[in-house]
Order: sequence, then structure tokens, then C-alpha cells
Amino acid sequence: MAVVTFNKKQVEREIGKLDENMQNKVAMFGTPIEEINEGKISIEIFPNRPDLLSYQGFKNSFLSFLGKKVGLRQYKLNKPEKDYDVYIDSSVKEIRPYTACAIVKNLKLDDDKIKEIIDFQEKLHLTVGRKRKKAAIGIYPLEKIKLPITFKALEPDKIKFTPLETNKELSGLDILQRHPTGKEYAHLLAGKAKFPVFLDANKEILSMPPIINSQLTGKVTKLTKDVFIECSGSDFEILKKCLNIVVSCLAEMGGKIYQMNLFYKKKEITPNLIPEKMDISLENTNKILGLDLKEKDLKKLTEKMGYNYKNRYVEIPPWRVDILHEIDIIEDIAIAYGYDNFEPETLKTHSLGSSNPEETISKKISDILSGLGMIEVSNYHLTNKKDQTEKIGISEKNRDFIEVKESKTDYTVLRENLFPLLLKNMSDNVDCEYPQEIFEIGKVFMKEKNSGKIIEKRRLSCATSPGNYTRIRQMIDYLFRMMNLNDRIKIKEPQNLDSVPPHFIEGRTAEVLFNEGKFDEESQDKRIGFIGEIHPKILKNWKVRMPISLFEIELEEIIRNIIKDVK
Amino acid sequence: MEENIERILDSLSPNERKIIPYLEEKDLIEICKRSNLEKVSVIRSLEYLDNKGIIKISIEKRKLIDLGINGILYKKKGLPERRLLNLLNEKRILNFSNVSKESGLSSEELKASIGVLKKRNLIDLKKGKIIFNANREEITKKTPEEHFLEILPINPDSLNQEQGVILESLKKRKEIIQITEEKKIGIEITDLGKKIIEEEVKGRDLIEQITPELLKKESFWKGKKFRRYNVSGPFPKIEGGKRHIVNQAIDYARRIWTEMGFKEMTGPMVLSSFWNFDVLFTAQDHPVREMQDTFFIEKKGEIPQKEIIQKIKESHEKGVGGSKGWGNKWSEEEAKKLVLRTHTTCLSAKTLSELDLESLPQKFFAIGKCFRNETIDWSHGFEFNQTEGIVIDKNANFRHLLGYLKEFFKKMGFEKVRFRPGYFPYTEPSLEIDVWHNEKKVWFELGGAGILRPEVVIPLLGKNIPVLAWGPGLDRMIMDYYEIKDFREIYKNNLSQLRKTKFWVRELK
Repeated sequence: MAVVTFNKKQVEREIGKLDENMQNKVAMFGTPIEEINEGKISIEIFPNRPDLLSYQGFKNSFLSFLGKKVGLRQYKLNKPEKDYDVYIDSSVKEIRPYTACAIVKNLKLDDDKIKEIIDFQEKLHLTVGRKRKKAAIGIYPLEKIKLPITFKALEPDKIKFTPLETNKELSGLDILQRHPTGKEYAHLLAGKAKFPVFLDANKEILSMPPIINSQLTGKVTKLTKDVFIECSGSDFEILKKCLNIVVSCLAEMGGKIYQMNLFYKKKEITPNLIPEKMDISLENTNKILGLDLKEKDLKKLTEKMGYNYKNRYVEIPPWRVDILHEIDIIEDIAIAYGYDNFEPETLKTHSLGSSNPEETISKKISDILSGLGMIEVSNYHLTNKKDQTEKIGISEKNRDFIEVKESKTDYTVLRENLFPLLLKNMSDNVDCEYPQEIFEIGKVFMKEKNSGKIIEKRRLSCATSPGNYTRIRQMIDYLFRMMNLNDRIKIKEPQNLDSVPPHFIEGRTAEVLFNEGKFDEESQDKRIGFIGEIHPKILKNWKVRMPISLFEIELEEIIRNIIKDVK
Repeated sequence: MEENIERILDSLSPNERKIIPYLEEKDLIEICKRSNLEKVSVIRSLEYLDNKGIIKISIEKRKLIDLGINGILYKKKGLPERRLLNLLNEKRILNFSNVSKESGLSSEELKASIGVLKKRNLIDLKKGKIIFNANREEITKKTPEEHFLEILPINPDSLNQEQGVILESLKKRKEIIQITEEKKIGIEITDLGKKIIEEEVKGRDLIEQITPELLKKESFWKGKKFRRYNVSGPFPKIEGGKRHIVNQAIDYARRIWTEMGFKEMTGPMVLSSFWNFDVLFTAQDHPVREMQDTFFIEKKGEIPQKEIIQKIKESHEKGVGGSKGWGNKWSEEEAKKLVLRTHTTCLSAKTLSELDLESLPQKFFAIGKCFRNETIDWSHGFEFNQTEGIVIDKNANFRHLLGYLKEFFKKMGFEKVRFRPGYFPYTEPSLEIDVWHNEKKVWFELGGAGILRPEVVIPLLGKNIPVLAWGPGLDRMIMDYYEIKDFREIYKNNLSQLRKTKFWVRELK
């Protein structure tokens, strides 16, 4: 999320008083106010509008939206002068293949303006530049460099210059390893055999994009009047737009824009402020927005958003990066019309609603259990390894957890079982009044044995404390009787000792078997879970000094069975 | 007899009646003894009698110095210094190295004892030895500390200066003494009380609890009086079972959607980036697809058959239906990366991909957990609830989108809704929904909505049909309804809290 901060006094002087009405207008323009105080106003700029990241860009577009200075803003473009050339060497092709460049003259800079430009440049890097990966911008004092410019890649040890914020010459690798900005962006060049650089006619290194400029030839000061600007990156279309955003902003500060010749295999000239044309249909606009606009409205509304309206098409401001389709213009028309001016309406077409049967049955189960006085709990789907293994008596080693990458909290794995979470809840509530009877219905996650595919299963777990085997058995019995499924389940002592989960007391635990048909054939039984009393050694792990009994069962078969019966 | 006195007499509980004859004693302990009731019951009954105006109770707090845990022990076994002195009397000289073992004192006790004895000049310390340095008379004499322990319990106000000094020194030692605060209850019988007591002594035959025994014969109860209860008085509370607060809210939201004619969609929480991002026209280099924002899982997921992949690839790279697309190269590998869903919109995408165009118009909704790689604080966490809705209808437009949202939020309890421009990669026009909070007088941001972009709809449906879509979050509404200030409270599962929390009783309008 990009938030930009402007000087409130300047805004009030140049745009208008920031009263309640104006604040509402700012929000209705699609730039919600984050904060407004004595001296400053901060607004959020959505990622589709990098052209609003500069104060100049915001001011012009917003004034236009308010109905002042409507239509496409025009800037005079001067043709390239002698040596306004950039040679793009083929060596950059695999590393950072494109650059778009311009020269802006006659700037009157002061400390505030320089800071404004740097802030704006950084915001562009973060958003449309994808943290400098897709695009990075460099601005250089023209008085310190000799044209023409070359963009090429060199071996890291052949690159030697004094980067900004230092007074020592460093090699390309040194910069990545030692310079703070170098370290931050090192991943963008890591592993490359050559690093890209901009060189002037004296073979002086101006910068090593997208990392850092030279202290000697790449630092704009109050004395700077003319600048060389380059945007480098992987996507030429975006770079050209970025350059347009930057030069139009500098032109608003009083600069004169000059084009440059870019010598790729084919010559290109940038910047190019010729607006793209796109068809806009009145019929489509009215259909999508549910309005009854006339062509003159279309003209008025598009011009408020900074377009030029011609006969059934618009000219798109060349700094807009977000106009991919007619629908994007239609949204701008809606914004110009005012979202608060639309009359909400519902469709009259009739349709039958329905809820998902699994959800409905889960709710029923919840109703049955809360009728017994139980409290439903709700835990996170993400948990930690220890709670799901060691603390329930199984080893953490060799377990194939479903782990998320780089979690910012201690919650790192998806839950495999619900009951450890219920034990945790009881452990957190030892000071609460007993008896405690809780349950949870929710998804657990596991990997399918052979394919390793992740599967999600809906489970129910119930726990009671102080609870013995009889109490928990009464609960599961009540539940199944109330669902009219009591002839489908069996509670059976486990045949095989190895299959007794270690958190239960042996001899006080049973398998819960479910039979989707009748119980005539033993083979049809499917184990859907376990029931039993928790072993004191497990209670000790959770620091619980009350007996707990619990069960956990899968609901898939049960739900399927109920749905089948209904049909 | 006055009516008032009669009413009071009829309302006396058995316990109150038991203690009334002994009220004159005016001493709690005595009343307990005589009435044969527990202290708690007597105090409670006294409070009731006070409420009824029979007595006036006054509570006087006073401090009391008494023996602590160690004090009780020392009183029996002797203070550590006494035990050490006795040992020395026998052995005359002790080595530091084994004094602890021989005396049976802890190092702490030993340190204190040596300090006391040295101060009284009863021992000498030389070269790691303790040497006995007292005469018989001095040994037999009780120390001031021993005297002090004998007079306990005592009121601190009645101590003399010397005793005060000893108290201070003993307080520094571990749990020899403890100072407690004792409440003394004073009882004064009112004029009304005097009359009541007089009448009460005559005895009354009132019916207490109605029991099956009592109901056996009419004669057991006929013509008798029922004791009057304090019907608006205090009583112990009970709590019942209930659904979790979040699920109550979800059940309610589900009902809103179904009553508005929407069908529920459900689906997996773990799925490929393809369904979570790519089909929703989220460029493969979009920041949300980085690990800082989204939970990725090490495994690769499955992506569907070639045909749809090809369409999505085209939609991203070159655009469809007149769009320019993102112009980026689209990678199948990137699309296979498994994620925990970041929104329920992936369910809408799946639904659209399976939709029969003959069945239109259609409306669907979903409510479910979504995930983002975040820390947890008072306002949000890494799991959140979203409610999703789509309307697929060739006649649907932007105003209908606003209409459905307005209706939903009204039913959720928010009369005033504001829509303002927003941005999502997969909708255009896009909007943000704010609801007006009547008590707090602020706009609450509740999430986004829009009309799905042609780049999303065309690959999934085969043609561009308007699809209204929204996905506001539920958690802020849940927090607001239950007056929860901290997001973490929602999933804390504090049982006392859950027992106390009210039900979701908002009703559809």
C-alpha cells in the first residue's frame, strides 16, 4: 500500500480548503485519506495509479476531477539535440534489457523539491517498479556528465566508482556486500556474471542500476538545472510510462522536456507523449453502469478524468499505466459521475437460495451438542509442530508436516488433528469454572499417503473435563441417536495395540467405526476416529490437573449418509 | 400486628430464623457456635437481615499479627537461634563447614541465627569456627523474640516500643510472622428488629421448598403459609452451551444470502496460485504473490486441463476481449505454487469455470476463512473471515452491485453505506465499502467489490457476461457486534468469556 504525504497548506492554497466536503471528494476520487493533521495530509494511492504518487500528478488529476483544467494535459516536447543519444549495448540483454531516457532542462530546485523528487522516485520503485525489479529510475546532474551515454554490462570487478553516501571507490561486488542500499537490493543482481552500468562519454560510471548512482556524477543538488533521466528494467512499455510520469512531474515544476535517441537494434525516441487512442462505446458504458448517459456526458466525464474525448474514442494520458481495456475507462467515467450519485437497485430476477449441506449438518451437530450445554470453540487452522506431536505423546521427528513458508508468527503448520487444540484450550482455561465441555467442528489437513496430495477433512472433536470414559461415550451416543445414526456406529476396542493413539489410556480407548450401510458385513466398517480418556502423562504436558476424556471423528461419511437419507 | 412485620416474618429463611435467637450475642463466632451454622452462612444471613432492616451491621477492619508458616513450626521446635545455642551449649565449638549438617538448619536460618547470637554476644566467630561464649543463666533466659511469639495473635496498636522493634526484625525473616487484616462485624439490633425477635421467638410454621414429600398429602400444606422469598434479590447465575461467536455470525450471514436467493459455494483452503491468483488476472509479478504477503506451501499443486491454462496464459500475456493484457510472460510453474487461499474469490472463480451458461442467471455466495502472512495484533491476524458473493446475469450492472451490498449490510445492521472507488486486479469498476458506525460516528472500511474484468470472465465463461462480485470481511462486524476491542479475543477461546457472551440476536429486516 502506497501512502503519500503532502503539505496541507500547499494543498489548500493550490486545490481548495480541506473541509468535510473536500475530504469526501478526495475519497470519491479513489484516493482515501489516511490521516490529516495540522500540517500534512496523507492519502492512499492504489497500485493502478502510480501517476498520482507525485504531488504534481495528484494535483492536476484531482483539479481536473473537480472540473477545473479538464482534458488531457499537454507538455511541449523538444527534439533531441546533438549527442542526446543513449547506446544500448547487447551485453545488458540478459540482465536488464531496457532503458527509457530523457533530458529535462531549466529546473529551479531547492531542498524541498529535491526531497519531493526523491520520495516520489522511491514510491515509484516500490509500486510500479516492483521494488526496482521491473523498473528503477535514475536522475543525474547534466552539468557533471558528458553525453552521449552508454548502457552496458560489465564484469563486477571491472566496475569501480564511488556510490552515493560514501566517499570511497568500491567495486561492483563490494557495493552489493557492503553498501546499505547494495545489500538491500543485492538479490536483484546476485548470480549474474555481469552488472549493468550507465557510462558517459568520458567512460565515467554514472550508476549501477537498479542499485545506486555515483556520488560524483549521479547526485542532484540545488545547483543542478538540467538533468538526465533514465528508467531501466525488464518491461519497455512500463519504462516508457514511468519516464512519462517523471518528466510530466518535472515539467510541472517548470522544466523543459527534451527527447533522446535510444540506439537499440532499432532506434527509439523517448519520451513520447503522444496519447494512445481507445474506443469507448456509449452503449457499453450505459449497460455496465446502469445509467442513461448521452454522448455529451461521456465527453464531459472522460475529460474530468484527464482524457481527451474525440468521436467515440478517447485519448489516454501517456502516463496512465492502468488502461488495458475499455472497462478501465468506464470505471473512470463512474468515478467522474461520482460513486455517491449512483442509485442502488436490486435485480428482480428470481432464484432459489440454498446453503451447502455440509455446513447445514455441521450446524445441526453444533445445535445438538450445545443442547447438552457444551461450548463450541474455534481455533486457528495454523498451529505449531510441538502442540501437534510432542505434547500429545508422538515424536516430532520424521513427520511430514504441511508447513507454510516464512510465517511471521509461531503458527507454522496446518493442523492435522483438532483435539490437541481442545487440550490447549483446556490448558489455557484451568482457572475457569469446571465442568468444561467443549467441541470444535473444522477442517484438518493431511497428505495423501501415495500421491502426497494435500487433502482437507472436516472433523468433530469433543472434550469434557472432569470427564471419564462413560461421560464422553454418553455424548457420542447422544449425538448419533439424535442424528438417527445410532445403528451405524460401533464403539470397538482396538484390535491392534499399535493403533491406540498414545494420548489415550490403553483399555480406556476405543475406535469409532461407521458403517454407511447396515451392519451385516464386518468389512463395511470404516474407522472414523477414536474415543477415550486422556493419559495423565499427556495431561501433565498441558499442565492440566483435571481428568479429560474426548473423541475426534471424521464427518465426511456421516454427512454423506445424512444427505443420502434425505434424498 | 403491623402488616410490615408480618411480611418480614413470613420472609425469613430457615437460616435467618436459626440465628435470630442469638443476635443478642452480637458476636459472629458466638452466633456460629450457638446456631450450629458455617461462618459463610451466618454472614450471608446477617446481610439479608440487614437488608430487611432487622439489624444494622457495621464492618470494622483491624490488623492482626499472627504466626506465619515458619513461626508455627518454630514455636513448636524452637527458633533457629535457640536450637543453635542449645547445640553449642553441648559442643562448645562448631566448625562452619559442618554446622549446617549438625544443627539441621538451612543456610538462611543459620545466617539469621548467627547474626542474632553474635549481636547478643553469646557467641564468637574465629577462624571458621563458632565458639560458645555464654553462661548458663543467659542460656535459660527466654529471648525477646521468643517472648514476642508467645503473645501472638495481637493487635499491632497494642505493641510497646520494644515489641515494635522486635516485630520489625522478625518481619525481615522468612514467614515467621504474618500480618492479616481481620474484619470484625458489629451487630446492632434495630427497633424493628426487637419486635421481630419478640414475635419470632413464638415460632412460625412456614413452608420452605416444595418437595414431593410435602405434596404427598393435602394436609401437609393446606392452610399453611409459604415463606416469602426476596423475589428480586441476588441469586447464583447459570450459563448454557452455545455456538462459537464467529459461527453464530456466519450462520446469520448465510441466512441473509440464502434468503436473497444465493447458493452456497465451498471449497478447499489449500489450492494452487492458478485458482487463487492467475484466473483472477493477478499478474505473476504482483506483490501479493510474494512470501511476505501470502502463505506458500512447499509442494506444487495441480492445475487443470490444458485448455483453460492456454486461455489464462493468453489473457495475461496478450489480453482477451479487446484487452492489452499484462504483457508479461506467463509461467505455468508460478501458477502451480500452492497457497493458503488469500480470499474466497477463488471459490467464485472455480464456480464460474464449472458454470453451465444455460442455467443463467445465477447467484452464489461463500463464507470462509482466508489467510495472509501477517503478525497478529489488536486489529487483525493471519486468518480472517470473508463473505463472497457473485451474480452472473446479462442484465446486471454497477447499480445492482451497489443494491445487493446495501441490502446485505442493512441486514447486518448497518443502515448507512458508502461506496467509493477502489482497486483490485480482477474487478473493474472496483469499489470499497464503508459503513457508518452510529455510536462511534466514523466510517468503517469493510472490504471490496466490483464487476469482474473481461480478462477474468472470458477465459472462464467463454464470453463476456457481467459478473458482480464482492468479498467484504466479516471480522470487524463480528467484533463490533460483540463489542470485542482486540482481534485476538475472537480466537482466544476463553471459556468464562464465551459463557458470558451474548448470542447473535440481530434479526433480518
